[in-house]
Amino acid sequence: MTLLAALSIFVLSLLVGFEVISKVPATLHTPLMSAANSIHGVVLVGAMLIAVSADNAIGYILGFIAAAFAGMNVVGGYVVTDRMLGMFRKRPTAPPAVESAPVDASSVTADTRDASGVAR
Amino acid sequence: MSGVETGVELVYLVAAGCFVLGLHLMNSPATARRGNQLSAVGMIAAIVATLVLIIDAGTVKPVGWVVLIVGAAIGAVAGLVGARRVAMTAIPQMVSLFNAVGGGAAAIVAIFDFVTLASADGTGLAGERFLIATVLDVIIGAVTFAGSLIASGKLQGKISSSPIVFAGVRILNVLLTIVMLGGGLWLIVAPPSASGAAIGLLCAVLVASLAFGITMVLPIGGADMPVVISLLNAFTGTAVAMAGFVVDNSVLIIAGALVGASGGILTKLMADAMNRSIPAIIVGGFGTGDSGGDTGGPTGGSIREVKADDAAIQLAYASKVIIVPGYGLAAAQAQHEVRELADLLEGRGVDVSYAIHPVAGRMPGHMNVLLAEANVPYALLREMEEINPDFARTDVALVIGANDVINPAARRSGNPVSGMPILDVDHAKSVIVIKRSMGHGYAGIDNELYSDPKTGMYFADAKKGLAELTAAVKTLVG
Repeated sequence: MTLLAALSIFVLSLLVGFEVISKVPATLHTPLMSAANSIHGVVLVGAMLIAVSADNAIGYILGFIAAAFAGMNVVGGYVVTDRMLGMFRKRPTAPPAVESAPVDASSVTADTRDASGVAR
Repeated sequence: MSGVETGVELVYLVAAGCFVLGLHLMNSPATARRGNQLSAVGMIAAIVATLVLIIDAGTVKPVGWVVLIVGAAIGAVAGLVGARRVAMTAIPQMVSLFNAVGGGAAAIVAIFDFVTLASADGTGLAGERFLIATVLDVIIGAVTFAGSLIASGKLQGKISSSPIVFAGVRILNVLLTIVMLGGGLWLIVAPPSASGAAIGLLCAVLVASLAFGITMVLPIGGADMPVVISLLNAFTGTAVAMAGFVVDNSVLIIAGALVGASGGILTKLMADAMNRSIPAIIVGGFGTGDSGGDTGGPTGGSIREVKADDAAIQLAYASKVIIVPGYGLAAAQAQHEVRELADLLEGRGVDVSYAIHPVAGRMPGHMNVLLAEANVPYALLREMEEINPDFARTDVALVIGANDVINPAARRSGNPVSGMPILDVDHAKSVIVIKRSMGHGYAGIDNELYSDPKTGMYFADAKKGLAELTAAVKTLVG
């Protein structure tokens, strides 16, 4: 890539980032921050590229740490975001539970939902 | 460009598209999860494409493979276990930790590139086309690595969450900034030709950046930490984009810039919702956050204190109750207790809903996640604009560990919370406030709602107080 091409990509991506994000409701800001956090886990690609071009001890050590850090960022980031967003999706399971247990609905529903929460 | 390289570039383009669309799908709770999964698919595609690229190049030594695979596997397992086990209340510090390692990885990419070039025969550092990107990557990555670790430690309670200020911190910061930026500029403009001198200078810049990250976050109070984490998230994105310049990789530049921009916007939104400016937070706030509840005493007006039994009667015989959860509820991890009380009241036919201020909890949207974890139906969570007109028709507003977001003083000018959007709790027929003490919120001002004749103060930790209330309601209604 030429400097100009790389710079163009950088600036245009910044603008896309501003546009895409400014529409998100406050409710989703924490999951969004976590999602953005997992996307910068793409630095794993950079860590891969340096780990394989290393040819001395210092290079291997740096490559190892970079790969471990980036692997943690990318895997942890996506899993924790998915867990958070999964919390928002329990409502569909609630109504059937209420219908099937009309007596003392509140506590029964709560128990059923707890079980599904743990299973997730 | 070989066929394989072209193919890889195309996959990178698809991956970048997935990231953008994934973020776009985060616009609504209904599609948010799909958005995150789409972004994960893009990530896997980018990683597989990179594997194909390095296998095709065929220059990798066996040791290089071992280093890469073992390193990535250890990191992946650590991330997986951490993400699976973390309690929902501890999400902010977990995100901060993942952010720290991301920034660290980005910095190492640049350090590796620099050290390799500096020790190489021939062109040396002059061979790096984007030396400015290399240096910026090291500085930003190191600041965000150290800063995010401190932020995570503060939220976890390993480091005191109150602002830590020591004598001479400003002078130290100025010195660190000079070494960091001056050294960086020297490296960019006139890199030393001797490899030892160049690497030594880079080490000085690296150490100054790490120290700066620490001294930047230490003086900031716990309540402002979400804004700081968001800011550091944006920093990491920028560092990753710089790493993209360093290793000449388009997907790193695109994804990094996306996150840099999104983190920037998010930081601004959070700071606006708290009526704080980002510079004011960084320079050192008046905030103490976690410890805020323990200081101060009653001032102005008389306070009416209520006991669990009185509060229980009010709640049990109300027809409409609005629960206002705040920072105190998140800090005490009382989301399950509040759900239990709400279920009990609903069982008696009381109309219960939750008023969620945009910055309730530890960060925007965090309260929604916490209550969702406790299985509070999403439909009961009402946003501020939506629920504010309802307060006038509400018998009891139950405030749990919220302070500044319900202070009527925000409607007047000339005080620290002026202009901040608030929940109209004072419009309710009566108010019960569960709070540990008469302490201030991080704005550090009195809340006149507390001395309002219709307000009853119930002094207790959110978790313990709610459990007592629930027990009292149970006894009351048998």
